Amino acid sequence: MSHLPDYLGSHVRVSVSALALGLLISLPLAIVARNRPVLRTALLGLASIVQTVPGLALLALFYPLLLALAALTAAWLGFSFSAFGFLPAVLALALYSMLPVLRNTITGLSGVDPAVLEAAEGVGMTPRQSLTMVELPLALPVMMAGIRTAAVWVIGTATLSTPIGQTSLGNYIFAGLQTQNWVFVLFGCFAAAVLALVVDQLLALIENGLRNRSRIRTALGGLGIAALIAAMLVPAIARPHARYVVGAKTFTEQYVLSALIAQRLQAAELSATTRAGLGSNVIFDALASGDIDVYVDYSGTLWANQFHHTDIRPRAELLGELKATLAKQNITLFGELGFENAYALVMPRKGADEIGIHSVADLASRAATMSIAGDYEFFSRPEWAGIQKAYGLTFRAQRQMQPDFMYAAVASGEVDVIAGYTSDGLIAKYDLVTLADDRHAIPPYDAIVLLSPKRRDDEAFKAALRPLLGRIDIAEMREANLRASGNDASSSPDAVARWLWEKVGGK
Amino acid sequence: MPATPLIAYAHVGKSFDDGRVVAVDDVSLDVAEGEFLAVVGGSGSGKTTLLRLANRLIEADRGRIAVEGEDVSRIDPILLRRRIGYVFQSGGLFPHLTVAGNIGITPKLLGWPQAEISARVDELLDLVRLDRAQHRDRLPHELSGGQRQRVGVARALAAKPRIVLMDEPFGALDPLTRDALGDDYRTLHRELGLTTVMITHDMTEALLLADRVAVMHGGRLLAQGTPADLSASTDAYVGELMRTPRRQAERLGALLPRDGAA
Repeated sequence: MSHLPDYLGSHVRVSVSALALGLLISLPLAIVARNRPVLRTALLGLASIVQTVPGLALLALFYPLLLALAALTAAWLGFSFSAFGFLPAVLALALYSMLPVLRNTITGLSGVDPAVLEAAEGVGMTPRQSLTMVELPLALPVMMAGIRTAAVWVIGTATLSTPIGQTSLGNYIFAGLQTQNWVFVLFGCFAAAVLALVVDQLLALIENGLRNRSRIRTALGGLGIAALIAAMLVPAIARPHARYVVGAKTFTEQYVLSALIAQRLQAAELSATTRAGLGSNVIFDALASGDIDVYVDYSGTLWANQFHHTDIRPRAELLGELKATLAKQNITLFGELGFENAYALVMPRKGADEIGIHSVADLASRAATMSIAGDYEFFSRPEWAGIQKAYGLTFRAQRQMQPDFMYAAVASGEVDVIAGYTSDGLIAKYDLVTLADDRHAIPPYDAIVLLSPKRRDDEAFKAALRPLLGRIDIAEMREANLRASGNDASSSPDAVARWLWEKVGGK
Repeated sequence: MPATPLIAYAHVGKSFDDGRVVAVDDVSLDVAEGEFLAVVGGSGSGKTTLLRLANRLIEADRGRIAVEGEDVSRIDPILLRRRIGYVFQSGGLFPHLTVAGNIGITPKLLGWPQAEISARVDELLDLVRLDRAQHRDRLPHELSGGQRQRVGVARALAAKPRIVLMDEPFGALDPLTRDALGDDYRTLHRELGLTTVMITHDMTEALLLADRVAVMHGGRLLAQGTPADLSASTDAYVGELMRTPRRQAERLGALLPRDGAA
């Protein structure tokens, strides 16, 4: 709850900027296109296509696009910009806002009675005067309806900008989804809905004032919007800028570890903030470009996804190679935390014992009658291909699931096997067992701390983090993850991180 | 030396759709200063096109049009329109502007000071016989058809033009309102020394209001002259147009007692 001013402020900043940019582009385009049928059709078609792209995908697409653009400007023009957070969010949302504004402005303008247009010409108006004195005022109600629709869409969709690094009310939703804290999810949705309604009503007030030529109502609405913006800018200006930004991906363990790192930095009197809920495609690039300073990744993930290796090496060799590869990008592989969060095939302990399955190899003969579930990426990852090849597994059915629901699904028998994570607290909670990977088809997934290029030689920073290295074992991490999936105050990432530090700090 | 006509059409032609539709075909017509000319014709006769050529709402293909002695093709059309009053069919008022806003629009475009515009609006409301206090701040949709057309006339006169063009101004009104408005305008025309060209499809209205009547048919000017001149025309179409008012007059004469105190 203490985050509300920050989240809400960021949300309003990104929404208002996106809407303003969207209007700045759409309104002139609509005016130019209103008497040009070909351009009009093309614009509306394009805007409709943009609208069919899911908001999350559109936002995610802007990140690599801007990253490439930033690299180009750095190479050619000698300056670079951050492709992280605010900018991609504003651009994607602005694009998203265009359809209703374009469509309603064109509809509104072309709905003006031709007799009135003729009169405007007849009394001696220039085309520009006709536009500003007659056409726009008459089209205003329809245009405002479009602007209100766009505002509501943008404010709603802005919750999806969390994974590309833009703080928003979506932070509540994403954090809540990952830690199964439904109060958080509902609160995030509720706050975004209230904000959307307030902005919509303020715009309605302005529209009403303009229509009835009530200066008071127009001014009140305008003041309301201005006050909203001002109120949101104040905390941004007043808030001291944290020097260190700790990144976290979108799952519970990452929320806990980022909180732990931030607490360690603060304990060493280094100001730190967390940027949680980043997409796994975004977070590495964000570190490389210095938008975040530190985060925890997993050796096998980087090996397979970031560097596209398909072979599997023994863990020490893999870590060594990874360290060398990362060093080429000036990224420091600072060290391992001490546990692994690997993929593992997981079954209920009771069921596995009954039919005598203890390792992945034991599954081979039975797989054809069994179903398997994995997270959204597992079946397209090289590990899955590796497992299938090494053990000759073919399952009757495979399903994709939200990770948090997989464990309950396998415990209840809805699926027979899941591709779970070894550090997940739910393995203990549901009395599940991880099957041994005797043939080493699954690469090692040591949790490793990565530092951004600009922190390579930051000794104070490194000194604050060093006590974490090698301290956290798999049992402790599992318990921390289990604690963090609760719904009470003691299950917030901060509280769990403090608990974890008490447990491991004295080692 | 005869005075130069205020509006002079000389061999003017206009066609649409790449020449497939000839709207105005070689028309020559002079309108003298202070004259009230009615142009009569059916739909598609080219009468509206002819009117719009004068203030360049439509550009002529051929011929020459002079207004106050100047070739209109050499005048900025925006400035030309601001100095010619134009009354649209059924008003053509701006629905989002008040009566005062509508009437004051051309002076505003010409950059008159606000106080002057305001005074002129009041003057015009008196002139078209609308109550200042009652009508000034109303929106067009709150007015009757007759009131709207009075506002339309006031708007046309606002910037003190010498010329007023009227496109079927009274066509959509009920007969009583139409009569009253026609008479009122006729008075204004005389008192203000205006030169008026009015388009109508109604020959009776044309004969009753205008000094001179021009008859258009199929883009051509068939005849022009005073009611008496037209009566004497040998053209079959003109004769047909003249028959209706004549028959109406005869039948009314027979039906209504001559000595009746109406």
